Amino acid sequence: MSFKVIPKVAMPEWIERLCTGYRVVGPKPLHGQHIFGDIQSAVELDLGYPTTVIPPKKYLLPQREELIRFKTDGSQVHVETVIEAKPTVVLGIHTCDLHAIQLLDRVFQQGYSDQHYQAHRENTYLVSIECLQPCIPHSFCKSMGTLSVTNGFDLHLTDIGDDYAVDIETKKGARLLDGFSAARDVTDEDYRLFNRVLSDKWARFPLRLDFDITELPSLLSVSYENKLWDELGERCLACGMCTNVCPTCYCFNVTDEVDFTLSAGQRTRVWDSCQLDKFATVSGGHNFRASRAQRQRHRFFRKGKYQMETYGLLGCVGCGRCGQACLADINMVDTLNDLYHRHANDRE
Amino acid sequence: MTLNLIETLPESSIYLPTQSRILEVQPLTKLEKLFTIELPGGIALGHKPGQFVEVSLLGVGEAPISISSSPSRSNGSFELCIRRAGDLTSVLHRMTSGETIGIRGPFGRGFPFERFRGKDMLFAPGGLGLAPLRSLINQVMDERGNFGRVIILYGARHPSELLFTNELAEWQARDDIELHLTVDRADDNWKGNVGVITTLFPKVDIHPRNTVAVTIGPPIMYRFVLMELLGKGIPEGNIWLSLERRMKCGVGKCGHCQINHLYTCQSGPSFSYAEIKHLAEAL
Repeated sequence: MSFKVIPKVAMPEWIERLCTGYRVVGPKPLHGQHIFGDIQSAVELDLGYPTTVIPPKKYLLPQREELIRFKTDGSQVHVETVIEAKPTVVLGIHTCDLHAIQLLDRVFQQGYSDQHYQAHRENTYLVSIECLQPCIPHSFCKSMGTLSVTNGFDLHLTDIGDDYAVDIETKKGARLLDGFSAARDVTDEDYRLFNRVLSDKWARFPLRLDFDITELPSLLSVSYENKLWDELGERCLACGMCTNVCPTCYCFNVTDEVDFTLSAGQRTRVWDSCQLDKFATVSGGHNFRASRAQRQRHRFFRKGKYQMETYGLLGCVGCGRCGQACLADINMVDTLNDLYHRHANDRE
Repeated sequence: MTLNLIETLPESSIYLPTQSRILEVQPLTKLEKLFTIELPGGIALGHKPGQFVEVSLLGVGEAPISISSSPSRSNGSFELCIRRAGDLTSVLHRMTSGETIGIRGPFGRGFPFERFRGKDMLFAPGGLGLAPLRSLINQVMDERGNFGRVIILYGARHPSELLFTNELAEWQARDDIELHLTVDRADDNWKGNVGVITTLFPKVDIHPRNTVAVTIGPPIMYRFVLMELLGKGIPEGNIWLSLERRMKCGVGKCGHCQINHLYTCQSGPSFSYAEIKHLAEAL
């Protein structure tokens, strides 16, 4: 839509202004790691963060979320929908996580529209930031084609030295800069810096997959019976951490909770994991994905093939969180490269 | 800076059940009861045979239950045949007429009834599989003239576990239905066939090119019944079944019901064999 420039010295003022009108969240340090959390003042925000434990999906699909609430007065039952959302600015979203939100949008808007997700989404302002340095050893965004974004954000920031270049994509984004006089128009010098920053960054990021990502769905389609899944199944602890920290995982369980009066309660959705042993177990006890090998295979196939077939986007954005979180060191890069080389060697 | 107000929040939710009334509860066997349900104002559920609803008990939870009545016999209500198997169904089994349950749906893809017209119909339910299949069978019976032969091969573990015995007797009495029953274990009064459902298949001759087979039963039954149906030469696209999976949302979001890339609650639960034979997780 348009470009502006915010001098870094004016960032605190901008953030304080945002805090008066919105809930503002962003990356901040906690116990040696970073999390997305509420920002009350600009000093808390750390836009140079490597990655966060949990991706910003938690603002669109909270880990626990009430769907309906019910109560009874003895004779009659009252049930109501619970949809609560407040205008929230998410600052400093890395481009991998922004790509993930595009997939979540399709999941929750395609077919039956999920009003709970939609309410969060419409009231969330996405302010992403261009990554200029590789973040964690496990990340492989360049291989996944998520090292940059052209849309899907409301505002996109690029660090060009003393200033942030701000790409204003939407009217929502423009609203965040309303009346903020320190945001100035772009000069030729800003453009020159902006272009140089973008071209310089490219070489700093390694390509970590040994094959082109467009080959991934077909690589998986010939790998369903590969022994690799059994090997992963032997190592996997079925803890579900990989899916918890995944920016594109959205599967949930639904549970009812009744308060101590036994006259009121709520139905809540909670993040679930296809890696947990009972995920596909039906009443009567039959488990349709009983082994860890089957469940790991299901996860990799969802990321690399199924989501592409259903939603037209890959289910992995290369953030590397699953590999970093896995106690058994199961990670995307090693697994997919291993699979590729097993096939490449078969061919001789 | 002025406070930016929230965009208007929606008031409805795809997860909000419609509070509905139990009109009648009929025990069918030791484990199964037939519930007649009325939506508010007696509005029609608008389902197709093969679809399911999410049955909701506030404070207990939800479970996907296939619809047992035919749309052609709605009369402002519909029927669910429910086996007592878990927490929710145990509570349901203690409920009586006049009480309230929540309903969401109907969900999923039913059988392509329009494509079945003109065909010979071979129904092969096993055990509780008759509950969903009854919906389709009765719809076929309600326009009997539009179909060729109607053959029903029904197997249960024990005579006491046969469902809808009144209807079985009615079907038995008609000359336009070929009904064959079998039980795995007989009791003293049982005069009929003893053996698993596949022992019934040699008893019927069919015209495979003009036959649609619909089979519903437990996973283990499918493997053997499919062999029989394929052995009779019925085309893979004319063999239909219904797959049970864990479901939480019913609307293609929660992920529990996935069979490889397919959401059972969206692409199924009714599938033709041709559609799922390539999916390793299907059968």
